[in-house]
Amino acid sequence: MSTHQNTSSLFNQKIIFQAVKDSFIKLNPAVLIKNPVIFIVGVGSVLTTVIVVVSLFNGNFSAFNLQIAVWLWFTVLFANFSEAIAEGRGKAQADSLRKNRTQTMARRLVGGKEDVVAAPDLRKDDVVICDAGDIIPADGEVIEGIASVDESAITGESAPVIRESGGDRSAVTGGTKVISDRIIIRITSEPGDSFLDRMISLVEGAKRQKTPNEIALSILLSGLSIIFLLAVVTLPAFFSYSLSASGLPSSQNLTIPVLIALLVCLIPTTIGGLLSAIGISGMDRLLQRNIIATSGKAIEAAGDVDVLLLDKTGTITLGNRMATNFFPADGVSETDLAHAAQLSSLSDETPEGRSIVILAKEKFDFRGRDVHQKNAVFIPFTAQSKMSGVDLTDEKGVVHRIRKGSSEAIKSFIHNGNGFFPKKMEEKVAELAKMGATPLVVAEDNKVLGIIQLKDIVKGGIKQRFAQLRTMGIRTIMITGDNALTAAAIAAEAGVDDFMAEATPEDKLVRIRKEQANGHLVGMIGDGTNDAPALAQADIGIAMNSGTQAAREAGNMVDLDSNPTKLIEVVEVGKQLLMTRGALTTFSIANDVAKYFAIIPAIAVSLYAGKTEVGPLAALNLMNLGSPESAILSAVIFNAIIIVLLVPLALKGVPYRPVSANKALIRNLFIYGLGGVIAPFVGIKLIDFIINLFA
Amino acid sequence: MTASDFLQITLYFTLLIVLTPVLGGYMYKVFTGEKHLMTFVLGKPEKLIYKLSGIHPDEETNWKTYTWGLLLFNLIGMVFLFVLQIIQAQLPLNPAHLPNVSWHSALNTAISFMTNTNWQGYAGETTLSYLVQMLGLTVQNFVSAATGIAVLLALVRGLSRKSASTLGNFWTDLTRSTLYVLLPMSIVFAVILAGEGVIQNFHPYQAVHTLQGTEQVIPMGPAASQIAIKQLGTNGGGFFNTNSAHPFENPTPLTNFLEMLAILLIPAALTYTYGKMVGSLRQGWTIFMVMLILLISGLAIALYGEYSANPIFSQSHLMEGKETRFGITNSVLWSTVTTAASNGSVNAMHDSLSPLAGMVALINMLLGEVIFGGVGAGLYGMMVFVILTVFIAGLMVGRTPELLGKKIGAFEVQMAIIANLSTSLVILVFTAWASVSSYGLSSLNNTGAHGFSEILYAYTSAAGNNGSAFAGLNANTLFYNLTLSFSLLVGRFGVIIPMLAIAGSMARKNITPESAGTFRTDNWVFGGLLIAVILIVGGLTYFPALSLGPVVEHLLMIK
Repeated sequence: MSTHQNTSSLFNQKIIFQAVKDSFIKLNPAVLIKNPVIFIVGVGSVLTTVIVVVSLFNGNFSAFNLQIAVWLWFTVLFANFSEAIAEGRGKAQADSLRKNRTQTMARRLVGGKEDVVAAPDLRKDDVVICDAGDIIPADGEVIEGIASVDESAITGESAPVIRESGGDRSAVTGGTKVISDRIIIRITSEPGDSFLDRMISLVEGAKRQKTPNEIALSILLSGLSIIFLLAVVTLPAFFSYSLSASGLPSSQNLTIPVLIALLVCLIPTTIGGLLSAIGISGMDRLLQRNIIATSGKAIEAAGDVDVLLLDKTGTITLGNRMATNFFPADGVSETDLAHAAQLSSLSDETPEGRSIVILAKEKFDFRGRDVHQKNAVFIPFTAQSKMSGVDLTDEKGVVHRIRKGSSEAIKSFIHNGNGFFPKKMEEKVAELAKMGATPLVVAEDNKVLGIIQLKDIVKGGIKQRFAQLRTMGIRTIMITGDNALTAAAIAAEAGVDDFMAEATPEDKLVRIRKEQANGHLVGMIGDGTNDAPALAQADIGIAMNSGTQAAREAGNMVDLDSNPTKLIEVVEVGKQLLMTRGALTTFSIANDVAKYFAIIPAIAVSLYAGKTEVGPLAALNLMNLGSPESAILSAVIFNAIIIVLLVPLALKGVPYRPVSANKALIRNLFIYGLGGVIAPFVGIKLIDFIINLFA
Repeated sequence: MTASDFLQITLYFTLLIVLTPVLGGYMYKVFTGEKHLMTFVLGKPEKLIYKLSGIHPDEETNWKTYTWGLLLFNLIGMVFLFVLQIIQAQLPLNPAHLPNVSWHSALNTAISFMTNTNWQGYAGETTLSYLVQMLGLTVQNFVSAATGIAVLLALVRGLSRKSASTLGNFWTDLTRSTLYVLLPMSIVFAVILAGEGVIQNFHPYQAVHTLQGTEQVIPMGPAASQIAIKQLGTNGGGFFNTNSAHPFENPTPLTNFLEMLAILLIPAALTYTYGKMVGSLRQGWTIFMVMLILLISGLAIALYGEYSANPIFSQSHLMEGKETRFGITNSVLWSTVTTAASNGSVNAMHDSLSPLAGMVALINMLLGEVIFGGVGAGLYGMMVFVILTVFIAGLMVGRTPELLGKKIGAFEVQMAIIANLSTSLVILVFTAWASVSSYGLSSLNNTGAHGFSEILYAYTSAAGNNGSAFAGLNANTLFYNLTLSFSLLVGRFGVIIPMLAIAGSMARKNITPESAGTFRTDNWVFGGLLIAVILIVGGLTYFPALSLGPVVEHLLMIK
């Protein structure tokens, strides 16, 4: 996995500097109003400031009010800062991807003639030529030619990939470089609408569209703010009654700065301030994993996915089948069989053939033989013969014909040599096929030497991964073109919950629809054009970057690394994003308990005091805060500082563990719920202590 | 407290727990249209009612039609009750020759009984004729409770149906809950009450000579029939002014016990019905336990407040405002239960409760009448908090929050917030208004923090559709009658309409099957969380107001 941008860049000076600057730019009311909770704080800051300024002229200046005003401004700035720094990090990530492209010149073909234009001036359906050494100017599709392309600029993978017209490998990405040959490309995106551009717009707070959960959460936060606003605006009336009941003058009623301080402490500023940063950093975390999402909604949906459709090849098993065992025939030693198998496979360039050579090498240390001395004639593997082998001429001039191939091919080979295929071997072949393996038979002249077992190798650790997914309530379905028997064997070995054998693209589409009708959300990853309908139908469709343009358009994410295992990581990022939001919401609301106990006794301390020094409500001062002023100030300061302190958490997300919902809930409740009740008691007390040191 | 006090409290809650599945299971059969014992008795009358009123009982409607039916029905009932009061002098069954009621008092009473509140700004025996009590109030006692059940049923169907557009038929739900649940239970209960000495007659008021040699007029009337439904339907409106402290309404310890049980019986049983209807009995019981824990915690604080020594009088066990027939434990148990359940009937004067016990009564109502709450209303009110809890904490498991497999989206959150906000709005704004205006303050009989509690209590009781009063406030003035009427309407329909909207929106959603990734809403973790959200979101809003009322009063007392 390539997390180029690691946590150290969280404190990248340049980003921080820019974020500080942006925090002030974002004070623009037109920007601020998009975040209702912080907007209320902004209005409060302005009001308090006006009161302080007016008091300078009429001689009622209060240092306390000034401090409140300052900390209210800090609250707004800290909230802006959190969004700005998330944006900064996202942009830095995206910019590094985009850098190449902006300087690129393109050779556009118009009516058979070339003209050179800047890459950003290219329109959809323009046709451009790229020779070796050229940088591909924009996302497009190869319409003519074949070339090897270096995509390391966006994938970090150094090995070049082949891109050719037609078929499933026709899509090219802007910013990648042609290393050999010449291709003609039709541009498929309008300027500013490529995947990268869309992704960049998703990490820019101002242009970002809120996701469904974010909208719902914003409504909740706004609703809570209105409720607390009601509680605060009605308070002077309650106080007016209580003051007259205590025989105190109405001039002692609550001042506007104190009311604003109370309001700001009660409304959910912590989550309100960090909400945007959480969303942006979710996109950023995907980008770190080299996945480009075309909508924020998709990431959220990723957290909801409970059925994953996984292609067998590449995701569950290593790309190709590998030789795992030798089964010698009667009277043949395993060493002889391995020896013959290796010889017969030397000319087999397929991955399967190579794996046989390697197995023999690993098992019996056969290596470095000089086959040329033996007058060897190699018979390469062809699709027609389904065999490979070697003809060796020994010292006596006798030709030994060693062959390896499918049981049918070897059977006819032996029959042609008037040999016979032992019944025992035939049974073994059937048995291995039943287990899901591919048996290859090795023969010398008319004699069967034994069988090589080829098997799909299930990726290490994948079984544990699926078990984790199961504890998280996610069902995995393996998709394979294999027959049912083979599929079942691999499914059992890998520990998937279900499989689809001999699956056609139509089958996938039908299956996704069926799962969705039953209330499931389905995620899948695909690359071919014929995957496009299924990718579009799935709730999360991740298209591999190596796939066709059609697939990339149909999905809602593109994996630049073309690594099918990514689907699981995407789900984790989605879940982490939602968890972070929930955790900080809970924390924010739980904070209110302590703030009430700080402010209410402070503002009500004189009520019903009678002849005593302090009134009875001083008993609610559980934290034993120094003075009413320091109590209110401490609560406001805590409220502002906690936003900054939680910025790293908002950006990194809450620690994610693959456990069941119930375990995750208990854990998060303990940390953010209980912690949210206790932390402000400690924090406010501490700030109050410091304030009173200097008072 | 004595051993018998504890024994009685234990017996009370044990019976409540035992009866919950019995009645809940019966109601499940009634509301899902299954055959049950009463179908044989009342099946024909039910069909007759549908035939006469032109209802097609199986014709289902969407949430909007359901809501309009409900609103129209309530409006007609209110207008009828209003008119009945302002022309009662011209109508029969008025042996005490009571005059017509003032328009604003009549309006307040009409709204109050329509909204299942039974806030009474008047004194029953000196204001309303037998006809109004029977034909007006008692009828509303039945149908307002049935309305509450209907809303709950629509919500349950919305939560349990998959990709559906209809929520049932309001008229069928109304008929079934009245005919099969409220009527038979009330008849049985009225007979028991009458057997214990609750009066049920049409006699004129009796003039008698007392032992002191003075003459006293003793009011009469058909009380038992109204009291049965007043308790069972969480209405609480007394036949007489002193409500269940009156010996004709609540003559013996047995009637006292049974009436208290009747207050919580249906709201408690509905949690079981709910669980069974949504296919998760565990969830029903989880909600039941949350309610029970909140109730018992409140009761413990209230009992502590009443039994701890009052330093001002250097004696504990203040009996002011309480019936010596019932004693402290039964008075406090009643006050806690009646405020929790949005019933509002009283057997002691809440104005005279200790500050802590009074605060518990206030908090029970301020939380939104969700601790068992009104018939139907308590549970659908609780669902507001369930939705908020699921949304706030549900995100923490890393999925879009779900309730019973249905995803909670912006619309549901918005509606839940509106439901929550509407009661806060009227309580806070009107209390603020009354506590600074001369027409608000002139009704007060007490000064100091207690006076503030009286105002707060009035609006809280109205907005929570409870109906009980801190009796120190003279609420039968134009100002209070109108502002309280408004609070009653907002407190009732400000929750009903958003909840029906949620029901409609939830019904349309698909159901995600349960898995290990599902946020569970049927275990102790959720129960604890729900309690925390109720206390923090529902309660903290009122922390300043409570501090300036009962809290400061308590602190002043112990100082």
